[in-house]
Amino acid sequence: MHQKENVNYLNVEYGIKSWLFTKDHKRIGVMYLIAVTLFFIVGALAALGVRLELLTPEGDLMSSDAYNRFFTMHGVIMIFLFLIPSIPAVLGNFVLPIMIGARDLAFPRINLLSWYIFIFSGIIGIIGILKGGIDTGWTFYTPYSSIYSHTPVVLVAFAAFLVGFSSILTGLNFIATVHTMRAPGLSWFRLPLFVWAMYATSLVIMLGTPVVAITLVLLILDRAVGLGIFNPTLGGDPVLFQHLFWFYSHPAVYIMILPAMGVVSEVVSAFSRKKVFGYKFIVYSSMAIAVIGFLVWGHHMYTSGQSALSGIVFSILTVLVGVPTAVKILNWTVTLYRGSVSFEAPMLYALGFMGLFIIGGLTGLFLAALGTDVHLHDTYFVVAHFHYTMVGGAIMGFLAGLHYWWPKITGRMYPEFLGKFGAIVVFVGFHLTFLPQFVAGYLGMPRRYHYYVPEFQFYNILSTAGATILGAGMILVIGYLVWSARYGEKAVSNPWRAVGLEWETASPPHPHNFEEVPRVEWDAYDYEYKYKKEGVSFA
Amino acid sequence: MKGIEFFPQVASTIAPSVDKLFFFLVALTIFFTVVLYGLIIYFSVKFRRKEENEIGRDFQSLALEISWTVAPIFLVLFIFYWGVKVYFMQVVPPEDSIEYQVVGKQWMWYFQHPNGKREINELHVPKGQNIVLKMISQDVIHSFFVPAFRIKRDVLPGRYTVAWFNATKKGKFHLFCAEYCGLDHSRMIGRIIVMEPEEYELWLEEGSVVSQKEDKPIPPEEKGKILFGKLGCGSCHRAEDSPLAPSLVGKYGTEVELSDGSTVKVDDDYLRESILDSQAKIVKGYNPIMPVYAGQLSEEDVMNLVAYIKSLGASEK
Repeated sequence: MHQKENVNYLNVEYGIKSWLFTKDHKRIGVMYLIAVTLFFIVGALAALGVRLELLTPEGDLMSSDAYNRFFTMHGVIMIFLFLIPSIPAVLGNFVLPIMIGARDLAFPRINLLSWYIFIFSGIIGIIGILKGGIDTGWTFYTPYSSIYSHTPVVLVAFAAFLVGFSSILTGLNFIATVHTMRAPGLSWFRLPLFVWAMYATSLVIMLGTPVVAITLVLLILDRAVGLGIFNPTLGGDPVLFQHLFWFYSHPAVYIMILPAMGVVSEVVSAFSRKKVFGYKFIVYSSMAIAVIGFLVWGHHMYTSGQSALSGIVFSILTVLVGVPTAVKILNWTVTLYRGSVSFEAPMLYALGFMGLFIIGGLTGLFLAALGTDVHLHDTYFVVAHFHYTMVGGAIMGFLAGLHYWWPKITGRMYPEFLGKFGAIVVFVGFHLTFLPQFVAGYLGMPRRYHYYVPEFQFYNILSTAGATILGAGMILVIGYLVWSARYGEKAVSNPWRAVGLEWETASPPHPHNFEEVPRVEWDAYDYEYKYKKEGVSFA
Repeated sequence: MKGIEFFPQVASTIAPSVDKLFFFLVALTIFFTVVLYGLIIYFSVKFRRKEENEIGRDFQSLALEISWTVAPIFLVLFIFYWGVKVYFMQVVPPEDSIEYQVVGKQWMWYFQHPNGKREINELHVPKGQNIVLKMISQDVIHSFFVPAFRIKRDVLPGRYTVAWFNATKKGKFHLFCAEYCGLDHSRMIGRIIVMEPEEYELWLEEGSVVSQKEDKPIPPEEKGKILFGKLGCGSCHRAEDSPLAPSLVGKYGTEVELSDGSTVKVDDDYLRESILDSQAKIVKGYNPIMPVYAGQLSEEDVMNLVAYIKSLGASEK
C-alpha cells in the first residue's frame, strides 16, 4: 500500500535541474556532501599509494617522482577539497539555518555560487592530477615551487586560490545569517554551540583566506612571469612565502578543527541529555582560539632562519593556544558527569574525537616548545601530530555530526550496529596508523621521504597495517551510509530525543524548514524544560 | 628489517638536554591521557543511561572552570620557558667554535674543513670540539638534520645560516635533508663521522677525497686570496682606501655608512651580497662601478672570498 509522504525538501521537486539550480541550503549541503566524499576518496587513494610504498625502505612500488606527486596530491586534496569544506559546507549548510529557526541562509544565491566555485576549482585540481599532478608538497614552498618544479604548479595553485572564494562566501553567509536571522527569543547565549563554532570559523575564514589568495597569486606570478618576490637570485625572499603561507594555513587548522569541536559539543550534550558544562567558557574558548590562532604562524619556522626573538614570541603564543583547547576537552568530559549517557554511533565518534584530540593536543606541546621542536620539526612526529588533530579531530567530528544529523538529512536511520562497529574500527585503525609515527619521528625519520633508512621500517609496517584497518573502516562507513540513504529504516523527527530546533522539524525537513517561525523560550540543551513541556516523566 | 630501535642515539652535548625536556613531555602526555581517558570511561560507565526517559542532572561550577583555565597557563608557560632554555643552547654557538663550510645542492651536501679539505655527503669531525657550520644552499631550501645530535637548521638560498654541535661519541651518524627539496629529497642523506681528535688529524693529512688534483688541501682564506687575485679585486680594493673603492682591511665586523645614509654591519651576508649583487648597497662616497658577480661564482667561491676578507680584518687590526 502506498502512502503519500509529507512534502519535504527531497521530494518537493525531482530531476537533476531541480538540484543544480536549487537555492535550498539543505540541497546545497547534500551536493557538498557528495562532492567532498568524492574528493575524500581520491585523497584516500593517494594516501594508500604512499603507505604501500613505505612498507619497505626501498622505492620498489613507484619512482621518487611518482611518490612525491602522491603525497602532494594527498595533502592538497584532503586539505583544500575535503577538510576545510567538510563540516562547514556540508553540516553547517544543512543544519545551521535550521538550528537558528531560519528558512534559509541570508544569501541563498551566493550559497549556490560558492558550491559552483568549489566544484569548478575541484575540477581544475583534478585536471592538474590528470596532467600528472604536482610535486611541491601541499605547502608549495618556494623557490622549489616557483622555479624548480617541472609540474603544473600554476594550475593547482590557481585551483587552491579559487577554492578560497568558496570558503569566503560561505563564511560571509554564515555570519550574516547568524546576525540577522535568529528566531524570536534565540539570543546569542542561547545559540547552540555548533552555531558559535561556525561563527568563529567564519571569522577565521574571512580574515585568513584572502591572505593565502594573495600569496598564491604572488607564487603564480613568480612562476609564470618571473616576478621574483620569493626568488633569492632576483633579490626576493623564499622565507617570506612561508610567513605569508602560514599566516593563513595555521588559522586554517582552526578552520578544520573548530567546526568539529562544535559538533562534539552538540553530540556530547545530546547523548548525555543535559546542558553542556560551562557553555560560556566553550563559547569564549572558541573565540580565543580564533583570535590567538592568527598569532602563532611562526611556529612552523623555528628552524627556518627566523630570529631567536621571533621564535620565542611565537612559542609563547603557541603554548597559550593550548589553554582554550584544554578547557574544551575538560568541559566535555565533565558534561558526562551526572549525565544520562548512551552510546550510539555519533557519541562513539564524539568520544573518539576526545580520545584522539587529547593526544593530538598534548603532542602539540612538543612542537610548540622550541627545544624539542628543533629536533622534531619536519619529521614523522609532526605528521603524526597533525593527523591526530586533523584526522582524529576533524574527521571524527565530521563523522560524529554526519551520523547525528543523518536521520535529519536523509530521513533514514543508518544501521546502528554497523555504525558502532565502524566507529570502533576507525578508532583502532587510526591509533595503529599514527602512534608508531611519533616514535619514527623521534628517531629522526624526516617527512616526505620516499627512501628511508632500514631502522625505521618496523614503525612503517605498523603504520601501513593501521592504515589498512582505517581504510577498511572508512569503506564500511561510506558503504552503509549510502545503503541506508535508500533502504534505511524511516527516521522520526527526533530519533535521539535531543533538544534543538533541528529536532522540532520533520525528518527530512520541509522545504522551508518550519511550518511556522518557531519561538525559542529555552536555553540551549535545556532537557528539563523540554521533557517537562512534553509531559514526559523523567528520572 | 633491521633491529627495532626505540631511542635515537645520544651523541652531542645538547642531545641529553633535548631528551630531558622530551621525556618530561612524554610523561606529561601519558599522565594526562591516562587521567582523561580514565575520567571519560568512568563517567561513561557510571552515568550510563539506565532507563529510556532518564535525563541528566545539570551540573555547573565556576570554580572548577576558572581553576582549569588558570592552572594550564602556568604549566604551559613552564614548558615554554624550558623550551627556550634548551633552544638557546641549540642556536648560540660557543665563542671557540671552529667553522666548517656547508653548501647544500639538489641533492648533495658539500663540506669544507678549516684546512681546506673537501668532502661530499660525509663529514669527518673530531670528538669533543665545538663545531659551527656555516651553511648556504645553491638552489632550493634544504635542512641540515642530524638526529643523533638533535640539531636541525634550514639551509637557505641567498642567506647564510648556522648550526653548531659538539659530538660526544665516536661513530657514524645519519645526516638527513629535512626540508623537502624535490625529486631525490629522500636520497639527500649523508653521514657525520666522529673521530678521536688524533685520528682526525691523521685523516686530514690524507689529502682530498673530492679531487685528485688537490693533493694538499688549501685553507679557505688562502683559496679566497688566490681567487681575489685572479678576479683582479685588488686593483680597486687596495690596502688603503682608494678613490675607486674602500679598502677591505680591518673592515669585517665594523659598521659602515651607505650612500643612502643608512648603516650596515659588515658580516658574512653583507659581504656575500656585495660580491654577487654589488650595486645593492654602496658605501658612502663611492660610485657603483663594481661588476656584478652573480652567476659567475659558486657559493663555495664566495665563502672562500668571504673567509679571505674576514682574515684581513682579523690580522691587520
